[in-house]
Amino acid sequence: MTLQLTDLQRQLLGTFFEESFEGLEQLETGLLALERSSKADPETINDVFRVAHSIKGGAGSFGLAAISRLAHEMETLLDGFRAGALSPTPDALSLLLEGVDGLRGMLEATRDERGYSEESLGRLCERLKAASARSAPHPAAPAEPQSPPAARSERTFAFRFEPHSHLLESGNEPVRLLRELARLGALKLEVDRSRLPGLRALEPNLCYLGWHGTLRGAVTLAEIKEVFAWVEGDADLEVTEVVADGAVTPAARQPTTNEEPVAPKTEAAPAATPGAANAPAATAARGDAEAGLGSIRVAVDKIDLLMNMVGELVITQSMLGELEGDGPLDAHRVERLREGLGLLARNTRSLQESVMRLRSMPIGIVFNRFPRLVHDLGRQLGKEVELKIAGQNTELDKTVLEKLGDPLVHLVRNSLDHGIEAPELRRAAGKPELGTLELRAYHRGGDIVVEVVDDGKGIDRTRVIARAREMGILGPDEEPGEDALRDILFAPGFSTAKEVTNVSGRGVGMDVVRRNVKSLGGDVFVDTTPGRGTRISLRLPLTLAIIDGQLIRVGVHAYVVPLLSIVESVQVEPRRVTRFQGQRDIYRLRDELIPMMDLCEVLGVSGQRVSVDEALMVVVEADGEHVGLLVHELLAQQQVVVKSLESNYGRVEGLAGATILGDGSVSFILDVAGIGRLMRRSHAREGVRAA
Amino acid sequence: MAKIMTVDDSVSLRKLVAQTLAGAGHDVAEAANGADALSTAKQKTFDLIISDLNMPGMDGLSFVRQLRQLAAYRTVPVLILTTEMDPAKKKEAKEAGATGWLVKPFDPSQLLATIRKVLD
Amino acid sequence: MTSGTAKNAAESEQLLTFIVDGQEYGVDILRVQEIRGWSAPMPIPQAPAYIKGVINIRGDVVPIADLRERLGLPTLPYGQTTVVIVLRVLGGARERVMGVIVDAMSDVTNVPTGAVKAPPSFHDSSEPSPARGIAMLEEKMITILDVDRIFGEHVVIR
Repeated sequence: MTLQLTDLQRQLLGTFFEESFEGLEQLETGLLALERSSKADPETINDVFRVAHSIKGGAGSFGLAAISRLAHEMETLLDGFRAGALSPTPDALSLLLEGVDGLRGMLEATRDERGYSEESLGRLCERLKAASARSAPHPAAPAEPQSPPAARSERTFAFRFEPHSHLLESGNEPVRLLRELARLGALKLEVDRSRLPGLRALEPNLCYLGWHGTLRGAVTLAEIKEVFAWVEGDADLEVTEVVADGAVTPAARQPTTNEEPVAPKTEAAPAATPGAANAPAATAARGDAEAGLGSIRVAVDKIDLLMNMVGELVITQSMLGELEGDGPLDAHRVERLREGLGLLARNTRSLQESVMRLRSMPIGIVFNRFPRLVHDLGRQLGKEVELKIAGQNTELDKTVLEKLGDPLVHLVRNSLDHGIEAPELRRAAGKPELGTLELRAYHRGGDIVVEVVDDGKGIDRTRVIARAREMGILGPDEEPGEDALRDILFAPGFSTAKEVTNVSGRGVGMDVVRRNVKSLGGDVFVDTTPGRGTRISLRLPLTLAIIDGQLIRVGVHAYVVPLLSIVESVQVEPRRVTRFQGQRDIYRLRDELIPMMDLCEVLGVSGQRVSVDEALMVVVEADGEHVGLLVHELLAQQQVVVKSLESNYGRVEGLAGATILGDGSVSFILDVAGIGRLMRRSHAREGVRAA
Repeated sequence: MAKIMTVDDSVSLRKLVAQTLAGAGHDVAEAANGADALSTAKQKTFDLIISDLNMPGMDGLSFVRQLRQLAAYRTVPVLILTTEMDPAKKKEAKEAGATGWLVKPFDPSQLLATIRKVLD
Repeated sequence: MTSGTAKNAAESEQLLTFIVDGQEYGVDILRVQEIRGWSAPMPIPQAPAYIKGVINIRGDVVPIADLRERLGLPTLPYGQTTVVIVLRVLGGARERVMGVIVDAMSDVTNVPTGAVKAPPSFHDSSEPSPARGIAMLEEKMITILDVDRIFGEHVVIR
């Protein structure tokens, strides 16, 4: 469909689309909020109404009549809520959500110069109209185009125009109005000064004059009234048509007071000006996460911070510049140089950190699309689900964020489809009919963890094994271990679903999820209890970040242990070491028994074993358990920039990434949880369970 | 050549009005909400103010009411932009102090023709 | 890196050639990022034996592989005369940067397409042939390495 737009309208169209999409998000959030709460919050209703009203007006101003029409139907229904004449039932709200989708679709189609279905638009409008049907009067439809003017003949009108004294205070000026009248035809005018007081009594803001006269031309009564439309009620106006034979036909008489009936507006609550702005969190920092464009929107304060740091860098640079000079470096200058270099190091690090932060965005952006998804899917599947979200402010790099969306959608669909049971089944199982789905995000020792947790029926291990045997993935007698089981669950085409629903069950989702997460350098873990629920954890390394690290030396190499993971460091006292079932050493630290680990051994790096006599032990927390890492030396504590080992090499269990040290050499950042797993695995192989 | 201020929280519509007026040779200032508009009005004098009704925070009518309290703006023309004009709304607008209204959607010529009624 | 005009590309390719164990090998010059000397890499845990570790190249962490070892040849000690060719390798649908240790640099040679013959497999059949062709020139033979196959696929993603 082509729009006839002026150049100006075309220029501003992009802005209009942006605004409208943002408004639709607000609208959607508001509608979902109304659905969740038991009593309809008048402020939310008002906000939601305003968005529909805005889009209607805006679309009209840009010539988008169809969009304006749909928005108008939604606005009518919402006005019904506002007036208390209609109640926001779940059905009405769902219909409005359909309207949101419709508007979004139409805006996108218009923006991308595609077509959309006029028919389905029509049907949606009809349904909205039906839902808004009520006896109370409702806002008029958007201005209909004027009916073509009837054939015109010259007519003559006589009029009398007597402004009330306060007319000027409305900003209207009778002379201008008469000037407009003069444009319509031949005007003969006489002024009536009878009400004019003497100079002393004259008040400049009051109007004392009146006019009467005739207007002749190819003009209609409506056009004359139009000139005076704004001053209805502020003036006495009489217009009568003078017919050829001299008889005077009284045309419209403007009553001196506005007698037109005012429809009683029964507001549900006083229309207080909505205080808090309904802005979605951190809009300024929102990036085009979904579009995956090569640009991001950055919060102004992040840029300000950057500017400050560059400023400090410049100061440091000039300070170092001052130290340039002739003559040998004396102790004083050396000292200043040292200071300056330290300052430089700090400045550079902060700058680096700030720039990295530009790319990072709160995960809330991705989480935001789920309330709607869960709502729609829940209805579709006939399941009652409450969505809880935690950790929306956890920041991730923009590229990671973009790739996280689809895997999460798959996982949420799975939870709703196969995890959370139908209300009857839940009731029979003694669970509340309302199922709970949680989306959580948090930092854990150098990783970001994103979890999808449901309180559904869990994954039945025996069924998985049976199905795997059926599919030939497992031999008839093979008993898989934890990792093998996980591999099965995420195998392409694997599904224990009895039927393939529209939503999931084709088994194509999970392997793609794992592959996507792995391509980000992470992995997926499953924790499930049959009957109670399932937790799927996506663990992603902070590959673009700065972390606080403790440098340690093992043999000739240095490694970095994330400071967050360190509990404490102790000098090993050999008497506290117990040999346990063969090769495992346990350390007795106060009342705790901590398994000890030789990094060389665990990582498979050839090097000298750290003997307990000379070792330091760094106690770290891995997945809730404490493990003691044996090292030769504790080096500096410093901030390190996480560099990807993944991009050119690959993922290594036990390593969270790499970093470049001050001397230019590469050091690895340990993944404490991964090391814990490696340790458990090697113990399992030796047939020994760690204490 | 008049000094006009346009007030609307919708950037696209505000610019549509502002740029249409500027194109006709007027000196146009913009405000995104009632509060900003009031403070701008105190700093500069305008021959005409055009405001949307439907704004968050301070809505159009509240803005007009507060504007009329300022001595300099007792009789300055103020037009409100609105998508419909039923009689009750008209009364409300007049009582708040509005000079007149302009119904959305309007095209540039309608806008320019309407402001002729209030500008010399 | 100079890339030939369209006409040239059809007729010949440009190779960077180097020596390993007396044999001359070549790689597509468009794949060569730079040539470096030796710096001790940081060993990677659980890495294949031919991958010696990673080094820092202008802030990127780049693995270093010993081509001798990869080809099953005995290794030489590393030192000041060691040459490392940094290549762009395609592995798992992603481009990676990798450093390859060779004995010595040779030349940049233009090889006409017609002079390239299919390679015989001269390693045991369990491994795919590392060569994608043999260039028969008047004075010498150059084994053109398929760097993606040698270094791309076998870099482990676990």
